[in-house]
Amino acid sequence: MLDADSISKPMFVPPEGVQARPWLDRVHEWIVTVDHKKLGLMYVCYGLLFLVIGGVEATAMRIQLAFANNHFVSPQTFNQLFTMHGTTMIFFSAMPIVFGIAVYLIPLMIGARDMAFPRLNAWGFWMSALGGIILYFSWIGGSGLYGAGGAPDVGWFAYAPLTSPAFSVGHSTDYWIIGIFVSGFGSIATAVNILTTMLCLRCPGMTLNRMPLLVWLNGVSAFLVLLAVSPLTAAQIMLLIDRYLGGHFFDTQAGGSAVLWMHFFWIFGHPEVYILVLPAFAVLSEVIPVFSRKPIFGYSIMVAATLAIGFISLGVWAHHMFTVGMTSYANAFFVASTAAIAVPTGIKIFNWLGTMWGGKLIFKVPMLFSIGAVCQMLIAGLTGIMLAAAPFDWQLGNSYFVVAHFHYVILGVIVFGVFAAIYYWYPKVTGRLLSETLGRWHFWLFLIGFHLTFDFMHVPGLLGMPRRIYTYDTGRGWDSWNLIVSVGVVFQALAILIWVVNVFRSYYKGEIAGNDPWNAWTLEWSTTSPPPDYNFATIPVVRSARPLWDLKHPEDPDWKYE
Amino acid sequence: MSLFVLAICAAIFVTVFSLLVYAIVKFRRREGDDGREPAQIYGSNQVELAWTVIPVLIVVVLFLAAARVIHAVEDAKMPPGAIEVVAVGHQFWWEFRYPAQGFVTANELHVPVSYKEHPTPTHITLMSADTDHSFWVPRLAGKTDLIPNRENSLWIDPHETGTYLGQCAQYCGTQHAKMLLRVVVDSREDFEKWAANEKSPGAQVAAAANGRRIFESTACVNCHTVEGTNARGKFGPDLTHLMSRATIASGAAANTPQNLHLWIKEPDAIKPGCLMPAMQMSDQDIDAVTAYLMTLH
Repeated sequence: MLDADSISKPMFVPPEGVQARPWLDRVHEWIVTVDHKKLGLMYVCYGLLFLVIGGVEATAMRIQLAFANNHFVSPQTFNQLFTMHGTTMIFFSAMPIVFGIAVYLIPLMIGARDMAFPRLNAWGFWMSALGGIILYFSWIGGSGLYGAGGAPDVGWFAYAPLTSPAFSVGHSTDYWIIGIFVSGFGSIATAVNILTTMLCLRCPGMTLNRMPLLVWLNGVSAFLVLLAVSPLTAAQIMLLIDRYLGGHFFDTQAGGSAVLWMHFFWIFGHPEVYILVLPAFAVLSEVIPVFSRKPIFGYSIMVAATLAIGFISLGVWAHHMFTVGMTSYANAFFVASTAAIAVPTGIKIFNWLGTMWGGKLIFKVPMLFSIGAVCQMLIAGLTGIMLAAAPFDWQLGNSYFVVAHFHYVILGVIVFGVFAAIYYWYPKVTGRLLSETLGRWHFWLFLIGFHLTFDFMHVPGLLGMPRRIYTYDTGRGWDSWNLIVSVGVVFQALAILIWVVNVFRSYYKGEIAGNDPWNAWTLEWSTTSPPPDYNFATIPVVRSARPLWDLKHPEDPDWKYE
Repeated sequence: MSLFVLAICAAIFVTVFSLLVYAIVKFRRREGDDGREPAQIYGSNQVELAWTVIPVLIVVVLFLAAARVIHAVEDAKMPPGAIEVVAVGHQFWWEFRYPAQGFVTANELHVPVSYKEHPTPTHITLMSADTDHSFWVPRLAGKTDLIPNRENSLWIDPHETGTYLGQCAQYCGTQHAKMLLRVVVDSREDFEKWAANEKSPGAQVAAAANGRRIFESTACVNCHTVEGTNARGKFGPDLTHLMSRATIASGAAANTPQNLHLWIKEPDAIKPGCLMPAMQMSDQDIDAVTAYLMTLH
């Protein structure tokens, strides 16, 4: 049973003398661990490392595009950069980070001592890690000649037949295929693990409708991983068969179908957006209530909206294919399904607004990032509605307008959500708070940089600039817009630098957090910071969705209103 | 349609964003707060219903508007005066065939201007010789992909003469960026004149005989066609009327003697990674070949 004592226990004091253990021992412990907290952290750190690598690739592209006819990188290098940037950010940054947050928090939030399958958890992480290493090994082994390397240059959705042996000579594409194939297995394993944990390991009293929204949303996201990553993995096998065993699935020169690959890829690719954004929504759904000092508005509606998003997201993939010449009926169907997804997404935004309405808003850094993410989701959703209308997409599909739109989602919502999560749970993970001052600098610089880059990126798209071009000529009205877009990167890079400093500095010098620095309501805040091995001395028993609220307010507990 | 969609989206944005700003300002925790928790509200079914039904209605309206335009564009019937063109995408240039008139050209598509009372739209069949491409001239039509093993089409109906710029909009390999596209909308007379010239066989000019001899005895003929000669290659653009085009290398450079010389000598200087090889000829020979090409009006 939870009791008031468990919250007011002595604060975490960094133990002395732990550092004395041999360095190799500690590394070994992390490598062989099956602890969900260590694995979650490794997932997140691994994803953040790739976030920085992908960011450097993006910066190189923005230097190249800052001016017309620039010669910073060659066309081949530019094509490799955007391929690696996209592949890295989706598969080796965003996915590991959201998995890491889920794997770290879900057992803590549902009062469990670990994931359902701890060894599978480790396997999943190491498969993802291996996938990233394989992909990046292409810089060394890619071209397969004289030891000179070459990263894949087929784009992150690797449309056939560019990936066929006739157009992709050497092995760079193979590294892309196998890297994604291997990490795909890791993702599927982790999704199985998350679902099983959520369904089987909830503490006594935690019915499904008392489960924290973070767990719900990550559960739906894991379900989508099962349904979406599997076809992608199958398609990678088919592509390998094409390349090495004489298969002709996608080999158009032998009668294969380029459109078949598009279907396979986007049946994965669109749910993937929701696989990534639902965990970000999950973070917002935990942070916004705590810093508004109110429960989430419309809990059950939020759950229903999430299920609706998950369901509809499986039927919208061909809106990536409005320009491949589908019939008017097929196009109209995908307009309808895509527009329909705006309704549950809108409900979520309204419910966050409803949560803030009438509250007492506290603008700590996690809340700042969350509000930023909500505003940006509003804009990303609206440009999404525009692109859902096929005639609009015929003009703006594959232009910089689309690039701006999906970066609004991925950076503006997912990465903002991830930063909210990091500022919110860092004290739980390390026992120390991140610096609020540096955090504010980080937030505002990142916000300015983000809007400079991605607001203005819509314009060259409207002016006819297609994506994936390594250069452009003057006189088409794109020059100054591209320069502004590139200048925004400077602000973003500076913000990231401040954040890195904050993370390392606060680890040693940050204010001691205590168990419950935000006066929050979910179970992870009832244990020590960092949580002990196996999380809870005794398994908690809960009576509502906000067990710590019940504890802190015995006069007005949540379970009275259920 | 676009304006209608934009207006709806702008209205939603203004409404929701104002509410957000209002909430942030109005409900922030003030100085000297008593530290008590605000009223705990768990939700409201009426409110939820309202903000579900209103978006559903908006989505239905948007769908109907989009469906109407989709039908009007995709299921349009071409009038009898329509021009037929076949566009074939290549790495990294455009081949344009005029089957009714019986000639082939490249990179610069000429079409007649169309009048409302007597419409002569151009119907373009889209095919690809290698990878995916996409035909996009923003001011004339939305884009449609050129996909190997598949026949797509689009139509344009320009009402004003002039040159319209566009380019390949589906990543197709190293030089995707310089797979540029020009559509020249001519008056009816200019179009007929241009088409008649394209249809005529290449001119024989005695002064360029040396260049022609070099051209025809080197690898140029493996990839390029010049009607009436032994040059019958199909991998590169048809050069029969090269001088009727304003640009070379699919719009990457102006069609000038200097650029032609450079293009033959070192294509990578103009379009690094393109499939035209450096011809390894002496400068003298290149000058002669350039002089020959200059006669292909």
